[in-house]
Amino acid sequence: MKPFDYRSPADAATAVRIVGGDPGAVFLGGGTNLVDHLKLGVVEPGLVVGVAGLLPAEVEELGGGALRIGAGVNNSELAADPRVREWFPVLSQALLSGASGQLRNMASVGGNPLQRTRCVYFQDVTTPCNKRKPGSGCSVVGGWTRHHAILGASEHCIAVHPSDMAVALAALEARARVLGPDGERTIPFVDLHRLPGDAPDRDTVLEHGELITAIDLPAQPIARRSAYRKVRDRASYAFALVSVAAALDVADGVIVDARVAFGGVAHAPWRAYRAEEALRGAPASDRSYRAAADAELADARPAEGLDGGNAFKIPLLRRTLAATLRDLVGEDAR
Amino acid sequence: MRSMGVAGAGKSRAVKREITVRVDGIPRRLSIDTRMTLLDALRERLGVTSPKKGCDHGQCGACTVLSGGRRVLSCLTLAVTQDGAEVVTAEGLTAEAATPDGRHAGRDLHPVQRAFIDCDALQCGYCTPGQVVSAVGALDEFEKGWPSAVTKGLGAPRLDRAEVAERMSGNLCRCAAYVNIVTAVQQAAGAAAAQRTAETEVAG
Repeated sequence: MKPFDYRSPADAATAVRIVGGDPGAVFLGGGTNLVDHLKLGVVEPGLVVGVAGLLPAEVEELGGGALRIGAGVNNSELAADPRVREWFPVLSQALLSGASGQLRNMASVGGNPLQRTRCVYFQDVTTPCNKRKPGSGCSVVGGWTRHHAILGASEHCIAVHPSDMAVALAALEARARVLGPDGERTIPFVDLHRLPGDAPDRDTVLEHGELITAIDLPAQPIARRSAYRKVRDRASYAFALVSVAAALDVADGVIVDARVAFGGVAHAPWRAYRAEEALRGAPASDRSYRAAADAELADARPAEGLDGGNAFKIPLLRRTLAATLRDLVGEDAR
Repeated sequence: MRSMGVAGAGKSRAVKREITVRVDGIPRRLSIDTRMTLLDALRERLGVTSPKKGCDHGQCGACTVLSGGRRVLSCLTLAVTQDGAEVVTAEGLTAEAATPDGRHAGRDLHPVQRAFIDCDALQCGYCTPGQVVSAVGALDEFEKGWPSAVTKGLGAPRLDRAEVAERMSGNLCRCAAYVNIVTAVQQAAGAAAAQRTAETEVAG
């Protein structure tokens, strides 16, 4: 590991000024991903700026069922918050489906969406990777693709975003409040993460020195009937092969409105607008759910691979969406 | 925290910082490289070897300690961030239960440690200190009413085997002693609940 200086300034504004003024500086939140990357040599900062104690650590009610979640709230506390569990169950479930108890205690709300892909080639500095070293090539071609993207990938990168929380936030009309060297701005959460295109080294639209200070959740009655379903290679403590965040408004057996986002299938949490469109006005039936999945997956491009490739994600995601929606409709019967 | 490094010189030379951490109840002051993890500081600098280095990448849980009362992974925690922190390892759990004169008799084991022995919840033992500390943290979280991924609905969960397995999933056991680990955690939870009931009756 390359030596680095460490600073822990008095407030977030100072931290932003320091990082913004030094291209070799990085923010350190809970550290669950960055410290691993320091060890692996994936990043080699000259300066690490600790922000764990500088960010708001409360969940604040904004009225009418809206919440402002401080970026310093840890993942465990957010998942356990009674308001989140009742008003936005999909968010609590997504958080609890990720990582382990220890990691959720460390991980912050601001840091979770900024964790980087677990693509094995990205994390292995002995292999070419366009995300880690732009222009060096992508080692996934002809390699292991089981955990890679089927939607929105480019010839330069087919990595997926690993966060579960981010998938729920993408479905919930969340907004990220960001403090940067040039002041504050608010970014719709669905616009925070980028698709790889020809610049896969950039995961998000954040500029160097910008820091997420809070996540705003607007009031959404639809979110009370919401859920997160994650499919993985073992029952716990593993990243998603596919996941579904969904919220439903159903009346008299007809879907009035729907929010759907997918995880494990793209470089960003994937808001499934076409699936939502297909669901609106449709009868609450398996046929509708499958049709919605097919509408969203029409452009899916699976990758071949040494491990048999990832085409399995298409039928798996179709079934996972159907199961999630079926369970949500079934909540009436409880 | 006093800076001992040269500002901006971090590119090639090691940068040192002085920190003070309470480890198992004892304040420890040490000068560390900014790159040092809490796990390495505990094991290599302070001789506290109960937290184990299993994977060193946050994937096995063998390095689990309590920091500020919460279970965390010491391998993914930079020691420099722990200035002023209160860290408890598996060794410190025993000390907590020690008699006022400081003697650590067998009866002074933490209820979770006692349950692991009673239930034979280990084979080689390498992951055990991390399992024990994680179980202490998990039971505290359960007491606070925190849900897990297998908790149904909004009511208080029951600590059945599925709940324990999910809450302990961050601790891998290469010997697969999981069956008895789950039993031990349930037994320790029952002992703690019985203790609370007894205290309530005495107080009432």
